[in-house]
Amino acid sequence: MIVYILRRLFYVVPIALAVSAVCFALVYLGPVDPLKAVLPADASLELIEKLKVDYGFDKPVPVQFAKWVWRAAHGDLGLSLATGRPVREEIARAISNTFVLAFFACSFGFSLGIAFGFVAGYFNGTWIDRVVTGFAVTGVSVPHYWLGMVMVILFSVILNWLPAMGMGAGGSADWAWDWEHIRFVILPAITLSVIPTAILARTVRALVADILTREFVSALIAKGMNDRDVFRHVVKNAAPTALAVMGIQLGYLLGGSILVETVFSWPGTGFLLSVAIFQRDLPLLQGTILFLALFFVFLNLLVDVIQPFLDPRIRRT
Amino acid sequence: MSSSLSSTLVSAAPSARGYWTSVAVKLTRDKVALVCGSIIAALILMAIFAPWIAPEDPLKSSILNRLKPIGTPGHLLGTDELGRDMLSRLIFGARLSLLMGITPVLCALAIGSLLGVVAGFVGGPTNTAIMRTIDVFYAFPSVLLAVAISGALGAGIVNAIVSLTIVFIPPIARVAESVTTQVRGLDYVEAARASGAGSLTIIRVHILGNVMGPVFVYATGLLSVCMILAAGLSFLGLGTKPPLPEWGLMLNTLRTAIFQNPWVAALPGFMIFLVSFCCNLMADGLRSAMDVHR
Repeated sequence: MIVYILRRLFYVVPIALAVSAVCFALVYLGPVDPLKAVLPADASLELIEKLKVDYGFDKPVPVQFAKWVWRAAHGDLGLSLATGRPVREEIARAISNTFVLAFFACSFGFSLGIAFGFVAGYFNGTWIDRVVTGFAVTGVSVPHYWLGMVMVILFSVILNWLPAMGMGAGGSADWAWDWEHIRFVILPAITLSVIPTAILARTVRALVADILTREFVSALIAKGMNDRDVFRHVVKNAAPTALAVMGIQLGYLLGGSILVETVFSWPGTGFLLSVAIFQRDLPLLQGTILFLALFFVFLNLLVDVIQPFLDPRIRRT
Repeated sequence: MSSSLSSTLVSAAPSARGYWTSVAVKLTRDKVALVCGSIIAALILMAIFAPWIAPEDPLKSSILNRLKPIGTPGHLLGTDELGRDMLSRLIFGARLSLLMGITPVLCALAIGSLLGVVAGFVGGPTNTAIMRTIDVFYAFPSVLLAVAISGALGAGIVNAIVSLTIVFIPPIARVAESVTTQVRGLDYVEAARASGAGSLTIIRVHILGNVMGPVFVYATGLLSVCMILAAGLSFLGLGTKPPLPEWGLMLNTLRTAIFQNPWVAALPGFMIFLVSFCCNLMADGLRSAMDVHR
């Protein structure tokens, strides 16, 4: 067990390094010299040379990479070119907003997806199953940025029930857990929860339908176990896979929130990312992507560490 | 008696035909897949013949006719924020949207299955090198990876296609690799090698014959994701540039109009949804038709 967890922890190191390398390489993918993008066209040669040294562009690429990783490991992601503030602070502010959004989206999406999946799996092959499956296919097919727009049209423009964008009075700094602020999170959270709901419903449905056909379930029923205890057995068997899917979906939700955050002008990491792209703020772009990708790696690790507690079979391998 | 005999004959018949014929027969019996396939075929035809179908020039703007509602005489689906005919723009938009939604999957299908087959067939350090590199890309959520690469490359149709291709290569390569590794150890591959077949012949006849089915089904499933992501990149301003008609970009530029004319603004998104929905159902149909165990 401990060996398994240690091995899994050790495996993260090369992945994290490789992810950092990809983020670092992003700068060199661009068609323009990263320095030229920020410098005024009439910059003097001295200024160019000075900035080159400041940003470390005068060193060979591997040295630059090593320095960048070293600093990133110590929490220094450089300064944003656009605002001049440390990238770390920008990300810290934005990620708390994205977490608020993700919290609502996940609580809503996961509970709904699991409930739908269980019902559809239990009534496998009936009309209930077909309705849920139909909704799930619709959920994964809908461009969520469009769904967000349609919901704004319905609930903000026509019905005027909920705000169309932003995070409420005072912006992200004054976020509070009251209705005045939660109002703002409802539409973006529902929009963001559609894909996880649909995928989780599909997964749980397939799991439950499969588990119910297994022999041990027939045996449990045959020996006279009541429905509630049979249900417990089904939950125990479905849990490890469902947990893995939830972990991945949470990561996708955090990393993929850029589209929904753009629709609702939600000041989270996705919004930060689009600002970084359009102002060609490369340190900010690199830093945000590195942070989100590493968080995704961390989530996968967390799922792998929790799983053996739920599924003893993994412990033995 | 005769009816039961004929029914056994009918059910036995497909096994006498080739695999692909039986898949085709199963598909033609699947009404949902047929309808979805026809909708997509119709949209592709619409895209090809756009200049003949569209009632107006999709780029012709008119300040006087801005944001007309759906059903305006002369503008069946209204006009956009620059007074351009929505119907014509939606028809022309199919060209770029479908191109950007389908090309990445095709490219990733070619590159991904090549990488997967090579990794699976050669094995050893080559396999490790290819598959571990691919693992790195799995460490990124797909939307983030697409946005990161096309954001770094800069806005543009080709850049968006390149970044989406990179996003879809890893999953396809994984499927191809796992099937190749399974098939490589089978007896008939050994037999073929023993009877003097070269590696290329074995790959062409035995490996590809087994790999292409699952990979193709998997790739059809990716089409809907790719449509949504491609239009999403344009929506963010990372794909096509104005004034070109493309559904994702149209959705973005019409966003400012949702207070004046909400339903016209939502139209391009519906087109993306329609294509993605049909692709998903078609992929489901194809998957069950190609599943020999049913």
